[in-house]
Amino acid sequence: MTAPASPSGAEAPVLQAVRLVVNGTEYALRVDTRTSLLDLLREDLGLTGAKKGCDHGQCGACTVLIDGQRANACLALAVAHDGARIVTVEGLADGDTLSALQQAFIDHDALQCGYCTPGQLCAATGMLQEVADGWPSSVTPETGPAHPIKLSEAEIRERMSGNLCRCGAYANIVPAIADSAR
Amino acid sequence: MRPFRYERPDDAAAAVALLAVSPEGRYLGGGTNLVDLMRLGVETPNLLVDISGIVGHEIDDRGDGGVTIGAGVTNSRLAADPRVRRDYPVLSQALLDGASGQLRNLATVGGNLLQRTRCAYFQDVSKPCNKRRPGTGCPARTGEHRNLAVFGHSGQCVATHPSDMAVALVALDATVLVRGPGGERVVALTELHRLPGDEPERDTVLRPGELITSIALAPSPVAANSVYRKVRERRSFAFALVSVAAALQMRDGAVSEVRLAFGGVAHRPWRASVAEAALRGRPASEPAFVAALDAELERAQPLRQNAYKLPMLRRVAVRALTELAEAQ
Repeated sequence: MTAPASPSGAEAPVLQAVRLVVNGTEYALRVDTRTSLLDLLREDLGLTGAKKGCDHGQCGACTVLIDGQRANACLALAVAHDGARIVTVEGLADGDTLSALQQAFIDHDALQCGYCTPGQLCAATGMLQEVADGWPSSVTPETGPAHPIKLSEAEIRERMSGNLCRCGAYANIVPAIADSAR
Repeated sequence: MRPFRYERPDDAAAAVALLAVSPEGRYLGGGTNLVDLMRLGVETPNLLVDISGIVGHEIDDRGDGGVTIGAGVTNSRLAADPRVRRDYPVLSQALLDGASGQLRNLATVGGNLLQRTRCAYFQDVSKPCNKRRPGTGCPARTGEHRNLAVFGHSGQCVATHPSDMAVALVALDATVLVRGPGGERVVALTELHRLPGDEPERDTVLRPGELITSIALAPSPVAANSVYRKVRERRSFAFALVSVAAALQMRDGAVSEVRLAFGGVAHRPWRASVAEAALRGRPASEPAFVAALDAELERAQPLRQNAYKLPMLRRVAVRALTELAEAQ
């Protein structure tokens, strides 16, 4: 049941078909089963917005939306997401019209080097939907599931803790997200 | 990373059958721990059996006030479930104190239970580790063990179990339904994870090829008054230095029922059964809480770098119990 061995003794890569809808476009590919969703997006589709920071799920720079939910593309195997709808930072704008969140990042100067920004934008987009859906966070007061969540600074910081910014632009990222949610 | 075949069987029986003939295979849930360990070279499966489509994705009412949680439910969905927030708040809070929002969206509850230790030596294939390669030694015991176990460790292994959710489930006396080559069986959460002893390579009592398909929570009046408290080196997105899952029920000022479990301190979630026994029937007061914690902490065997966990654990647990007593 092992993968067939190549003449050198190393096991040969296993290729598998994957279909994905990325930013509204359908793709059918054949990929090595080891390929992460992040590498597929960057290397196979040329969508280099999602960034490879740590490749261990610790920095959030690779965050994309999988079937509407934010997720670390570096830890997602492409073959395990066959049939999924993916949105990357390249798909957040509507043509030339930026999303409210993207515009708020510009208005608030919510970046310095910009490397973490695609992940911040995708994570915040997913996070705002989670808030709208009434999902609690670790700092949500336990007033019960029926009460709408107030998006305080503490809520934003807690909910965005999976996205690191080594420039330390948090001071502007937090107000940008708060502003876009108004 | 070693090449692997990827299979997505139609049902649990087919999944179990696939692994039964592939001892080097692994079940794949959300992949948030397994894929990382494969990238690090710690795990080297030649087959991944994706069970995310076949283990349950639903949180079902059992009809008796309890719930059954499919092993494929994501951490974020379980944390947000209104019944869980109302009837088992310690479980929702523990989930929300773990990982990050985007990881919780991928991670399944079955995978959460079976995640591996974050001991730095275990994750570094250039280092000896009895858990990763039995018989090679444990450099953590004499090396960096600041974050590691103070209860129940052995000469072979001082690793801690990293899950927050499992600590809450142990306090709630949850059970898991397991399917294996020999059929189905029920395992109590308090028995699922092991102490390392002289087999640190075995995290759990699961047999090769067994698959967790669901988690069951019985109705529990004490669980409605429960809390999870976690101390870490930064406020969010970090593993526990210590954590406490506590539930308390009182009658006439005395403890009628109490549940207490600790995270970040042992190879498994540590059910504080000595403290629980010391508290039942006693006044729900701070001196009684302190005395019960001191009795539990007598079982501890702190190492050179981690004795700080004992006073920290005492304070966090007494504070949690005091809050619960005031809330009743």
